Amino acid sequence: MFKYLKQLTSLVAMVAVLFTFTTETMAAKKSKTLKNTQKKGFVRCGVSQGLPGFSNADAAGNWTGVDVDVCRAVAAAVLGDANKVKFTPLSAKERFTALTSNEIDILSRNTTWTLSRDADIGLTFVGVNFYDGQGFMVRKNSGISSVNDFKDGVSACTNLGTTTELNMRDFFNSKGIKYEPVTFEKADEVVAAYDAGRCDTYTTDKSGLAAQRIKLSNPDDHMVLPETISKEPLGPVVRQGDSVWEDIVRWSLNTMIEAEEYGVSSANADSMKTSDNPAVKRLVGAEGELGAALGLDNDWSLRIIKQVGNYGESYKRNIADTGILPDRGPNELWTKGGILYVPPAR
Amino acid sequence: MENRGITFGYGFLSQESSFDVQFSLIEYDGSHSYFRAYLVGLLNTILVSVIGIIFATIIGVVVGIARLSNNYLIERTAAVYVEFFRNIPLLLQIFFWYFAALRALPLPQDTEPMFGVFFLTIKGFFVPAFVWNNLDIFIYSIIAAIISIIFIRIYARKKQENKGIQTPVLSISIGLLIILPLLSFLFGGVDATVEVPVIKQLSQSGFTYEGGIKLPPELISLALALSLYTATFIAECVRAGVQGVSKGQKEAAASIGLTPNQVLKLVVMPQALRIIIPPTTNQYLNLTKNSSLAAAIAYPDLVLVFAGTALMQTGRAIEIVSITMLTYLSLSISISIFMNWYNKKIAIKEK
Repeated sequence: MFKYLKQLTSLVAMVAVLFTFTTETMAAKKSKTLKNTQKKGFVRCGVSQGLPGFSNADAAGNWTGVDVDVCRAVAAAVLGDANKVKFTPLSAKERFTALTSNEIDILSRNTTWTLSRDADIGLTFVGVNFYDGQGFMVRKNSGISSVNDFKDGVSACTNLGTTTELNMRDFFNSKGIKYEPVTFEKADEVVAAYDAGRCDTYTTDKSGLAAQRIKLSNPDDHMVLPETISKEPLGPVVRQGDSVWEDIVRWSLNTMIEAEEYGVSSANADSMKTSDNPAVKRLVGAEGELGAALGLDNDWSLRIIKQVGNYGESYKRNIADTGILPDRGPNELWTKGGILYVPPAR
Repeated sequence: MENRGITFGYGFLSQESSFDVQFSLIEYDGSHSYFRAYLVGLLNTILVSVIGIIFATIIGVVVGIARLSNNYLIERTAAVYVEFFRNIPLLLQIFFWYFAALRALPLPQDTEPMFGVFFLTIKGFFVPAFVWNNLDIFIYSIIAAIISIIFIRIYARKKQENKGIQTPVLSISIGLLIILPLLSFLFGGVDATVEVPVIKQLSQSGFTYEGGIKLPPELISLALALSLYTATFIAECVRAGVQGVSKGQKEAAASIGLTPNQVLKLVVMPQALRIIIPPTTNQYLNLTKNSSLAAAIAYPDLVLVFAGTALMQTGRAIEIVSITMLTYLSLSISISIFMNWYNKKIAIKEK
């Protein structure tokens, strides 16, 4: 009798141990970053020091832009309110250190996705929210109409610590042109130096050129050359090692793009709950249990669409209507001739 | 660090840097290593510091002495200069000189040459360069001149101590420095031609100069800002030093028949220097460290090239920042060791 009792106790103990294990793995699934964010009550988001259309603060300190909208979407998904974001403006030089040293949880700062950044320095890129490429701006009266018109001795102003510096070298080397790189830490100084005539050309991502051109003293005297010399897929970045948080940011961005694809916008999101299309119903949380997989409730994607809008709305509001790049180019949906294509949310 | 997926190691220093630098004292392009990029930045930092220290010292001494002038106008002007420049943050002054220079300097095609060969433009100060034949023989001749000057000085001092006869060492030294290199030109096969910068058209509205040596506007405005700022502090050190020598010393020196020049050289300056050197050392250290503000105006110093671009391209923040800090530490310590040695040399030797 006692013999069996002993066996029974050890069985109970084993079950108990097993049970604690399971509950622990369930809890571990809730990511550390997610827990901290919910505890703090805001999403910590690293943005640029002012790039119109992407992340720019107005006089009252309100941030707008497509990069800003990614963080707002995550806040809507995780905290239920798109406005619960704390923005930290960062220079190109500071951005990765701020992320790896836990100062911010998302870096959404027109950052190019490259292999070495993704693999080497403790970062993970979660997707692309803007397909860009490096271009050149020149004075109209220079008569330069193509990158082939550059000659030995050309001086090029650009930002410090960006892929731009590397692309510029590759480009001029391949053309056999000797050039003078003039690199500044802040974009405003680049613009001022180019404007004063220190440089013959200003090179950075084309979206950046379009946005910065507005800051020149006579924007109409300058033009962006038609050639694109590099691929610059810009997207949000998170720290390596928190795959749940990585998934949340990735699918918040994907939700915005997929919502545009299925015609779900901030205006019609609620009425889409009764749609006949199951994909649309999943998107607005009327079908399936997709939120649970991310450790969120089922309305997370609906909140993103209602509070931030779909990708098309965000692009129109921040980039097209502000006159920066009215033409969406490659940043159009794959169904409309662009290359925006996200995996299905199911 | 492992938790965050960050690796640690200095192996990246031998990798290809693949970025270019605007201005370099040694041969460098993107196919060289990160270590070479580090050297480029370090040499540029040393260059602007040395230029800054030289000019800050000259301006500082002149202004410091002007502060002691009996002429009211000179004294006031010097005082206003000191108060104005030392009370404005250095970074603002650097921005001011840089963007003021960019606004004020002419475009390459509009510039008026100075003496026909110097071109000061918005893209830089273009000066003629010497193209040498047998440069090594020329350098040997200068070294030979310097060595013989040292021997003559030792001989002259002995002669004065033993026989009390003064030798005109200065004129002999200058003569040697002129004659020996001249001989190398006449008999040593040394030959120098001057390469004058020529204007070059880049596009319908864009020009630059080719040939000669180019000093970028970033270097000029940074050196200017650093020297004008630091000179104010050195001027105050000089003023304090000269005022620290008691009046009785000068009167005593004059009463034993020394000329005013000798009074300054033999009596006042040796005592004033003892007061001037230690605080001036601090100013030299400050200037060297302040040169790191260069990154704001695109002068490729150590911070911009190494702790800027190289850090960004490799992402190795800990390694690069540690190397940069160690480098500034070594630079500063070298300066203080040298200045302490000099201070000890001129200090009162108690026997």
